[in-house]
Formats: sequence, C-alpha cells, structure tokens
Amino acid sequence: MNMINLTIDNRPISVEKGTSVLDAAAQIGIKIPSLCYMKLEDLNIENKPGGCRVCVVEVEGRRNLAPACCTEVAEGMVIKTHSMRAIHARRTVVELILSDHPTDCLKCAKAGNCDLQSLAQHLGIREIHYQGEQSTFREDTSPAIIRELDKCIRCRRCEMMCNQIQSVGALSAINRGFNAVVSPAFEMNLDHSVCTYCGQCVAVCPTGALTEVDHTGAVIRALSDPTKTVIVQTAPAVRAALGEEFGNDPGTLVTGKLAAALRRLGFDYVFDTDFAADLTILEEGTELLNRLTAYLGGDQNVKLPMLTSCCPAWVKFFEHQFPELKDIPSSARSPQQMFGSIAKSYFADKIGVNRKDLIVVSIMPCVAKKYECSREEFSVNGNPDVDFALTTRELAQLINLANIDFTSLPDEDFDNPLGESTGAGVIFGTTGGVIEAAVRTAYEVFTGKQLERLDFTELRGMEGLRHATIDFNGLPIHIGIAHGLGNARKLLEDIKDGKSQFHAIEIMSCPGGCIGGGGQPYHHGNAEILKKRQMALYREDQGKAIRKSHENPYITKLYEEFLGKPMSEKSHHLLHTQYFDRSKN
Amino acid sequence: MPKIKLSQRTIETVRNICASFDNQEGELINVLHEAQHKLGYLPAEVQELVAKELNMPVAKVYGVVTFYSFFNMLPQGEFPISVCMGTACYVRGAEQILHELKRQLNIEVGQTTPDGKFSLNCLRCVGACGLAPVVMVGEKVYGRVSPQQVRKIIADYQEGLIKAEKHEM
Repeated sequence: MNMINLTIDNRPISVEKGTSVLDAAAQIGIKIPSLCYMKLEDLNIENKPGGCRVCVVEVEGRRNLAPACCTEVAEGMVIKTHSMRAIHARRTVVELILSDHPTDCLKCAKAGNCDLQSLAQHLGIREIHYQGEQSTFREDTSPAIIRELDKCIRCRRCEMMCNQIQSVGALSAINRGFNAVVSPAFEMNLDHSVCTYCGQCVAVCPTGALTEVDHTGAVIRALSDPTKTVIVQTAPAVRAALGEEFGNDPGTLVTGKLAAALRRLGFDYVFDTDFAADLTILEEGTELLNRLTAYLGGDQNVKLPMLTSCCPAWVKFFEHQFPELKDIPSSARSPQQMFGSIAKSYFADKIGVNRKDLIVVSIMPCVAKKYECSREEFSVNGNPDVDFALTTRELAQLINLANIDFTSLPDEDFDNPLGESTGAGVIFGTTGGVIEAAVRTAYEVFTGKQLERLDFTELRGMEGLRHATIDFNGLPIHIGIAHGLGNARKLLEDIKDGKSQFHAIEIMSCPGGCIGGGGQPYHHGNAEILKKRQMALYREDQGKAIRKSHENPYITKLYEEFLGKPMSEKSHHLLHTQYFDRSKN
Repeated sequence: MPKIKLSQRTIETVRNICASFDNQEGELINVLHEAQHKLGYLPAEVQELVAKELNMPVAKVYGVVTFYSFFNMLPQGEFPISVCMGTACYVRGAEQILHELKRQLNIEVGQTTPDGKFSLNCLRCVGACGLAPVVMVGEKVYGRVSPQQVRKIIADYQEGLIKAEKHEM
C-alpha cells in the first residue's frame, strides 16, 4: 500500500495515498467542520462539490487555504486546521451564508437537526458582520415534500442524491450567482416533475430547505374528534429508528414502547403494518408462483422477472421512466395500502363503524407514503383507504407534544386482529427483506416442504446490487435485489434489453431500504446508523415465534372469514392495483 | 411560459443537431449552441426534446441554459443587441452605452421592442477586450462604442441597411 506521511496540527500521521485531508484528520480524531460535504461509507454516496469552503485549512507553503474535503494528502504536507487564519476564514464563510439565510430558526422545521445551525454554534458565531440582499424564492408544496428555497445553501447534496444515486433527475442546479438554486426544470413545481418523492433529498438536506409535508395537525384533530374511530399502523423500519429521536443508540428496537406511545396518544386501535406485510407476501408470493408455474408450463406471454411493488417511490419511478415495463411489477398493493383497504372493509365491518368515520393513520419511515395514500385509486368515493401518513420524525413530534416520556414507557403489544405479525413482515424494512420473506413462503408453498433454515444470508447486505440463486427443490430461482433507484435502473435496462436472467427482483428506492427512508431520523451522513437499524430488524425477526408469513394465524383467519384465498376476486379488488404511464406529464 | 407546439421541421432540425453530435450527453453545450443558432432561441419544448435525444434529465438541460447568459428562452428581436459588461468593457463605459440603448429603444434589459425588431441583453466578455467597450448586434461586433454612436447603430438596422439572419422558428 502506498502510504503518505504528513503532519496535521503538529501530529505526524501516515495515511493511504488518495486520502483527503478531511478523512486523514478524522483518523487521528481531528474533526474539521464541513457543510456541503457528505459521505455515506460503503453505500458509494459522496457529495464533494468543494463549494462551501467551511472545511478550509492552512497548508504550509501554499498561498491559499485549501478545502480539506477535496484536497488529497501529499508527502510532507504540514497542515494547520485551527490556525487564526483558518478559523477566521471559516467563520467568515459561515457568516456570509447566514447573511442570506432566514433567521427564523426558532420556528424552523429543521431546528435542532440543522447542520448550518450546529455549525454556527460550533464556531461560536454571535454576530453576522455582513448585510446584503436576501433571497426571495417562492415556496413549493407537493403532496409529500416542501421546498423552502430561501433556506437553500447550495450544497447540492439533494441534486447529488436525485441524479447520481437515484437517477431520477428531477432536481438540478439552475441559474447563476445570487440567483442560483436547486430546482426542477423550468422552475416547475415538484408535483409536475418526474420526482418520485423518495425523500432522499430531504434526508440529506443540511437545512430546512427541504422538509416533509407536516400532517401532525390533521392527526391531532382526528384524535380529538369524538365521532371518529382512529386507528394506526406502523411500518417495520420505524421501530428500528424512532428511539434515536429520544436519545437511544442507533439500532435500539423500540417496538414495545412504540405501541405504548401510540396507545397513549389516543389511537383507538394500535396495529402493525407488518400484518399487512405478511398479507403482501401471500398475495405477491402467490402471484410469483402463478407466473412461474405458467412460465414453466410453456406460457410465452408470462411476464418475468416479477418485481416487487411495496415502494411508492419505485412505483412512481417506473411509471415515469419505464412505462413500457408497467406490466412487470407485481400488481400487489403496498403493505400500507393493503392495510388501509382491509381496515376500511373487513375491520370496519367487524367493529361496526362506517368507513367515513374510521380514520386510518400510518407511521412510515417514508415521505413518498404521503403521496401514495393520496393516489386516487386508493380511495372509495373520495374517501382514502389511508387518511394520513406520518413520518417517523413526525411521530416523535407528536409524542413530545403529548408529554409522553418515551424512554420510560413500558413495552406493550399491538392490538388484534391487524397487529399480529411474523418475522417475515418485520424484515420488510430493509433491503433484501421483502424477497427473503417471499422466499420463505414461496418455497414452502411451491415445494410442499418445510424450510430447514430461515435465514437467507445470501440475500442480505448493503451492496447496492445483489443477486442469489435459491434452490426450490431442484428448480433454481434467480433473485435480484436493488436499493437506490440508480441501481434499480440498471436492472430495468437489462429487462428492457431482454438480458435479465432473474425470476424475481426486489426493489427499494432508498439506500438501505426503508431503514434509510426519507422520513427517518436524520442520519447526518453516518452510514453506521443505517447498518445498525438493519441489524435491529434481523434481531427482531430472529426473536419472533413465527417467522413465515403464511403461518400468521390472523392472516389465515382473514382469508377464511373474508378474502377466500390469495389472488381471489375479492383480493384483486381490495389488495391489487394497476400502474399508469406518467412519461407524458 | 406559454406552451408552444414544435413543427415537424423544428423537431427534425433539433434531432439532426443532436445526431450530428452522436447524441452524446457531454456535447450538450454544443447542441444548445447550434440549436439556438438555427432556431433563434431555446423554448422549453426544445430543451425537452434535447434532453430526450441526449438521454439526460431535462432539469440538467435547463440548468445549463439558465447558467449561460448566451442562451435565450424567449424569442429575441430580429436584431438582438448585447452589451458586454465584462470588466474591461465595464471600466471603459459599457454602463453608459447600455443606458443609452435602453433610452433609445425604450426597453429594459431582457425585453424586446414592441415591433419585434430589437431585443436588449447583457453578456460577459466576448474576448475582444482590446476593443472595449463592445456591443454585439446579432453576430456582428462593434468595438470602442461611444454613447453618441448608439443612435447610428440602431438607425442602420432600422432603415434596413443591414439584413437580419433568418431563423427557422
């Protein structure tokens, strides 16, 4: 290995050639402040425009200060990260950014989580010595994301996520100089663009320029309306991250406290989206087996590979970018929507409540779920199956508002019948989880044999594109997995070119899957957090008595009492959907 | 922005330009340059078409169009007038030239005269700093322009002494 020797703040250090000054310093515990720079280790995500100049350091023998994020180490370099000159420059840069930034921190949605705010604190800025023009961009509201561009600091992290990682291309830097900002083409609103609402722009925005649409007020109103029965479902990835909002270490599972908190908030029934995830496996798994059987029987028209359809951002992505492939994904609705549909039919009948007096709230790690539940096909006579989708962050806000001391809550269980779930439902929250859950069920149904092992480690991991072959009693089933829409695009191009060898493909829009969703507690560029959340879900799966969706007794009961069998006419009506060509608008 | 429908001929023109650069994303600026040369300006519909042909997001195309002041999204006058506001031209009095042009044409920067003859814009450096201050009308460069010369320049075009380039759109 080619090593480079240098000195940082009087300390000698030897690092690999090609290392940045920022990373080299971090290796010996020197944390140079940065703002636009962001790196998610092992996920191949890096934003390094070198634009903000907050990380400037003094390099002996150089006339100008050097940005540590994009300056490579060189032999014999002598670096000072906290010389008078470096500190002064850093503060000047931040003051200049602040001079064109709204000073409404007290009521900003990002307060407490804002990188700019933390940086100003870190540098001890008490006065802004510059006064100049203020940006006056218009605000843009969509079904899921709000853009408040006066708060944009042009770090271009959102643009990087939208283009390099997601390959969506909704956002680009536009204009020049003072008018420069990140925007969709022709400054159109986000909801007219190809945006998928994956929310990865929100997940990485250092300030309050990009935030989710806030539905907490609507939920509070519903909860205090005596004429309404308000029920809640909570997605798998939420339990692995919510604790972070209350000071728990990343990866802490708070399933029991989550149920307790929701009950204290006043929800009449506290249910689990994992139940609907099990239901999804029955429907989607059956669909896969039907397609496979037809294919093996020589049917030339059958569409393979089958793609998962749980992720609303992914659905919107292929509707815009690959409309010619819209028959390939499973027609199964997402767990959120399956839950809503069953809640407002089966469950509403069971408790004798009219669907318009039943409010379904979902807690999601996702901002695209807000958009999904507003899609017209998921409503009956204008009444949506899911009324409001809150992010994990919004739930934390509600818990605080209700004066609940989260960490001291007891562990409680979800209610029945829509709260019982298996380990298979739990792992829906991570990349690889949906397909693993599907394999557990599809294998047993297809072969009629019991699985000897349930942990399909070959399907797990954090690599953006993965594949594995599972032996279905002599029949090799080829499985592909992609997380991040840019990775998904590669698999779709192969399908388009007739090169895909897969039978089934799982796609999740967000890096890491739902654990890294746009509605989760902010990771501030720390990929370790995502990995710990992933481990937490596998832990919960392992601890479950039942780990296969088709063995969920309440799912069996639901089919017996109501749906008949998977892919029945009733299932089609309530649990399946169709996709639209959005390439023209 | 008013929606326009591109004629089949315009669509072909843009497609041919893209094809002449092998539909390479990296040739975007050259493609836009050529398209504006042929069409006079780059309306949204042309940008969408270019994005499709080069297989890149239209937001990125729009980003480039709005970054360079050379590109126009609105139809220009028959004779587009540009005043260089680069450093050399600026210190040699470009601002007075611009003021005089605004006064004589009775329009602001970015506007077109009601008869569609002249439009007025600023640009940064045409690489003729030795001739500062510089004014461009269409592709013709006027050097060492004084405020007094402005009336004469306008008149030459108004009286048809110099003909406009024909655009396809």
